[in-house]
Amino acid sequence: MLKKRDDFEDILEERRNCSDLRYALKCYTPVVYKGLTPCKAGVLKNMVLQSDQLHYVINQVSKETGKAPEDVQEEASAILEEMAHRMQLSTVRFFAFTLCKVFKTLFRSICVNEEGIQRLQQAIQEHPVVLLPSHRSYMDFLLMSYILFTYDLALPVIAAGMDFMGMKIVGEMLRMSGAFFIRRSFGGDKLYWAVFSEYVKTILKNGLAPVEFFLEGTRSRTAKSLTPKLGLLNIVMDPFLKGEVFDINVVPVSISYERILEETLYARELLGVPKPKESTSGLFKARRVLSEDYGSIHVYFGQPVSVRSLAEGRVNRCQFNLTPRHIPKRPSDDVHSFVNAAAYRLVRAQEENMVLKPWVLLASLLLQNHHQDLDQDRLTEEALWLRDVCRQYGAFLHWPDHVPPSEVVSSSLDLHRGLVRISEGRVPAGPSGPGVHPGAGPEEQLLNQAVVVLSCASYRNQALHVFLRPALLASAMHIATSSNKQEVFNSFSFLRNMFSNEFILCPGATMQDFEEACFLLVKTGVLQITEQEVLSTHRGHRTLAFLTRMMDPFLQGYQVICMFLCEEASEALTEKTFIPAVRGFMVKQLLSGRLRYTEVLSSDLQKNALAALLRLGAVLKTKGADQTTLKVNRVMVNSLEDTLGKKPLQHLWFEFSS
Amino acid sequence: CGSTSNTDAGGLFMWMSLIGHSLRQEIMKWNGWGYVDSKFQFNKKGQAEFTGKRYRLSGMVMPALKEWFESTFGASLQHKTPASAIPNSSAVQPPILNEAFVEDLKSTGIPFSQDAEDRVFRAHGHCLHEIFALREGKVGRVPDMVVWPSNHNDVVKIVELACKHNVCLIPYGGGTSVSSALECPPEETRTIVSVDTSQMNRILWIDEKNLTAHVEAGIVGQELERLLNESGYCTGHEPDSMEFSSLGGWVATRASGMKKNIYGNIEDLVVHIRMVTPQGVIEKSCQGPRMSTGPDIHHFILGSEGTLGVVTEVTMKIRPMPEYQKYGSVVFPNFEQGVACLRELTLITNVFAGHALKPQKFYITKFKGFDPNRLCVATLLFEGDRERVLQHEKQVYDIAAKFGGLAAGEDNGQRGYMLTFVIAYLRDLGMDYYVIGESFETSVPWDRVLDICRNVKERIIRECKERGVQFPPLSTCRVTQTYDAGACVYFYFAFNYRGLSDPVHVYEQVEHAARDEILANGGSLSHHHGVGKLRKEWMRETVSRVGMGMLKSVKDYVDPGNIFGNRNLL
Repeated sequence: MLKKRDDFEDILEERRNCSDLRYALKCYTPVVYKGLTPCKAGVLKNMVLQSDQLHYVINQVSKETGKAPEDVQEEASAILEEMAHRMQLSTVRFFAFTLCKVFKTLFRSICVNEEGIQRLQQAIQEHPVVLLPSHRSYMDFLLMSYILFTYDLALPVIAAGMDFMGMKIVGEMLRMSGAFFIRRSFGGDKLYWAVFSEYVKTILKNGLAPVEFFLEGTRSRTAKSLTPKLGLLNIVMDPFLKGEVFDINVVPVSISYERILEETLYARELLGVPKPKESTSGLFKARRVLSEDYGSIHVYFGQPVSVRSLAEGRVNRCQFNLTPRHIPKRPSDDVHSFVNAAAYRLVRAQEENMVLKPWVLLASLLLQNHHQDLDQDRLTEEALWLRDVCRQYGAFLHWPDHVPPSEVVSSSLDLHRGLVRISEGRVPAGPSGPGVHPGAGPEEQLLNQAVVVLSCASYRNQALHVFLRPALLASAMHIATSSNKQEVFNSFSFLRNMFSNEFILCPGATMQDFEEACFLLVKTGVLQITEQEVLSTHRGHRTLAFLTRMMDPFLQGYQVICMFLCEEASEALTEKTFIPAVRGFMVKQLLSGRLRYTEVLSSDLQKNALAALLRLGAVLKTKGADQTTLKVNRVMVNSLEDTLGKKPLQHLWFEFSS
Repeated sequence: CGSTSNTDAGGLFMWMSLIGHSLRQEIMKWNGWGYVDSKFQFNKKGQAEFTGKRYRLSGMVMPALKEWFESTFGASLQHKTPASAIPNSSAVQPPILNEAFVEDLKSTGIPFSQDAEDRVFRAHGHCLHEIFALREGKVGRVPDMVVWPSNHNDVVKIVELACKHNVCLIPYGGGTSVSSALECPPEETRTIVSVDTSQMNRILWIDEKNLTAHVEAGIVGQELERLLNESGYCTGHEPDSMEFSSLGGWVATRASGMKKNIYGNIEDLVVHIRMVTPQGVIEKSCQGPRMSTGPDIHHFILGSEGTLGVVTEVTMKIRPMPEYQKYGSVVFPNFEQGVACLRELTLITNVFAGHALKPQKFYITKFKGFDPNRLCVATLLFEGDRERVLQHEKQVYDIAAKFGGLAAGEDNGQRGYMLTFVIAYLRDLGMDYYVIGESFETSVPWDRVLDICRNVKERIIRECKERGVQFPPLSTCRVTQTYDAGACVYFYFAFNYRGLSDPVHVYEQVEHAARDEILANGGSLSHHHGVGKLRKEWMRETVSRVGMGMLKSVKDYVDPGNIFGNRNLL
């Protein structure tokens, strides 16, 4: 499973030795797309406004609403004005200068794989390029542009959420460094969609700039990859599917932070402390942040993926032959499933090249050792074991082998001292931060504890994708009634289906996932698999226990939610009250000691569980006049709860499709 | 009125009608395009010249061609791949003969032959793989005999005998097919008889009141025009192959001519068709200019590619010869502008025949500050009475100017037309020096013309690279026909195959990929070359399952014994 990956180079190193100003003012002459006809921002707007696509929709909207076409045209123009980027090299240079200073204070290093940069440069010349970075921090897109500027690559235009525009000056500056702004929701607004999609396509088709957006749609607060959003991916693939360009290169980019700036902010948000509105002053309140050490960042530019080769044999492009291409159409089923599969594949490509730091392993271990103190030597020993497992599974682990393991562990703990305190060589039972006051009430204490646990979980989550499939298999063996291979597979399939909103699991790939998990666990001597049976080996117990415990918080979380729905949920449960109600129920359970994992308080887990139950039909939505109520299918929910809680699988009277 | 059709610009022709049935192959190449005496070659000084006396280009030396040839393909005059000199009769399988059929045929007195040379000559069209094999002296399944009917009744007799004795008939007209239509199915075990229609080449009557002519289907294009011209008429149907292709072949493939904007395509030109099928003769009972009598049975015949019967006689529309004819040309700064202009011209006026041609470097290299790598030439031909021609000409140039087009003179226009006739000879030159290539066509809506051109060209280049072609290929295209709803686009693809063990296979894979790309970009399977056996695999998706069923049921009724067993189309 050893994957060939490129080496990194620290781009801050040079910045620490030379003038930042000279750097920011350096000669910038990026290579461009070979078919490019350069054009100014104003020309771009005209191209969009005069496109057949937009004309069609303007006339359509005009007919439907009775407004004059000129007025609709005006509206379109206004939307475009609100949306469009106004990239200016001077602003980019300003950012380059400022970011130099900021980055040097915050981070020890920013490491980039230069071979990836070279591949990207090549890709930009050949075909229009789409950049797909992972999204864990506000930093992400500034960081991306900073790196591309550093390497003299074409600066991308970036799809940004409208909430950034609230940040007065910063919003405008972001716009001038290539961001364009889209409203968070515009589902039914045809005109908005038309302007938006035409704007993106015009930039892409003409190769004016690489288009950058976040497949996950928003920052992942949990550091788990989010289920990809398909809207923009659909838009950028469209010019290829309709033959308007020969090909499009999609480049997944994995940005890994050793320590995330928003760490506790995210944890509070997940616990229901509302997130502060993105405002300029809010961002600068983060000044406190500037005095801390955030370790290093690794940015890995993945192999460019050709949309043409992705679509080969999967999409029949002739389907676009029978209607004029400028008439907007819903993607057909095969296009939809193609884009969906491509999206998962790309998210997995991001995951694969995420760099894991030793702390990620430590966090995973600490979370599993809730009830006993660990001395540091023991922790080191466990970490070394886990390091080896990780490597066998093909993780992109950056463990400094030349440093003594104990030092690796202590420096990791030191960097994250906000989350774990070490006293007298012992790491206390469960992570605990400085925010835990002994004097506070039990519920407050619980929540304070939860902030720390969720923060730690966000680091463990960085490694989830490495263990996910084997861990699902380990859990499946645990809940299956026997070691019969088919039964284990059924349990695996059940869990996979249950958790497909929680983790990145490609639709329709149950068999591959099962085989991958089997392969890994057999290869590492954990399992023996015969025609009929899946058996654990003696030396495999440690791995299996670790993997099962890794899944436990999720299983328990979903189980408790089922319990809540069966026992507590009233008829009047609505979509809006679901999270607070579940949270209240869980807090009670936790305080009474009936529930083990504080982690289940994460609203992310609660939302995912609800989505899964809705998908499975165990809960039904009924839209009322002013609110959406949730109707619980108790029999089904009960049965799910039983299965998650290791009761015989045959209670399931419905079938899970793979 | 002094006008000439553009093929006899050289002024010298030798007429097929003077040639006996087996003499045709004496003036035509057996393993290349066109006349034996006409070909491109490099003379001792290394300069390209065109031999013979038939064409305007004949006897001319073209110094620029060598440089273009070498720089385009990386070819070298030192590296030759000459064709094997004479057909090797021993390589030809002895004929499978149905003795009873032969006996009965003898009694009819219709001439026939079992000579190897006659059979090989009629066993192929002009696809690259066909010519390449012949040049290497390789011969596959060939017809077992050739018959030369001299009129409709002869054909009726031949078809009756074929049905009676269960032999396979393959109609043969001009032999210019580029769809593997003439290839004998290797799995055919019956006697295969090539029905050569070349002796059915008379104009039976001309009806000046109704402007129609009744013509035997074996007549070749240039001969038809010449004979009609003698009476002051023309059909205006001028496919690029008109020197050699036959009227029956046009009908069987749905041919298109370069002056179709004025005169129409073959389906617009026919008034009446007579075809002999295993079920008997099919024809309409009158010559009304248009009928509403259910689906037009002509459309079962047009494009049937020899699978249903032999077209024997056709009544065609004719027109008085144009009083005045004028060539013209326009140079555009780039292909995009050229295409946009052609579309505009098509919508406004249908009085010209136009090509947006991406130039080869030896054709036009410099023009008034245009980027020589991007400029594009449209060649034009105006016909009609003098005043209107001049009026239209002005109109066209005015429109062209709006698209940045500059008039580039009559001479360039005329050369452009001349090139369409000699371009097929160029391939033979390439094949002497490790260069193989082909052109293929499609039709596509206007809004997709530029996209399809870009994508198909790029696909060709990419596929060549992936398949180990050592030299960058020639991958170019031009728009050759325009319609209100779209255009016909030609792709030219050629490459230097040094270093490849099976160049023809590579070529076929690339062409296959290019066709996939064409279809994926909204292009048709064929605009006028037809399907034959080369493009059969795409027929179902092209015409739908039900469409295939309809065609099959016609075939099943008309020819249940698969007498017309060339296996084209379905």
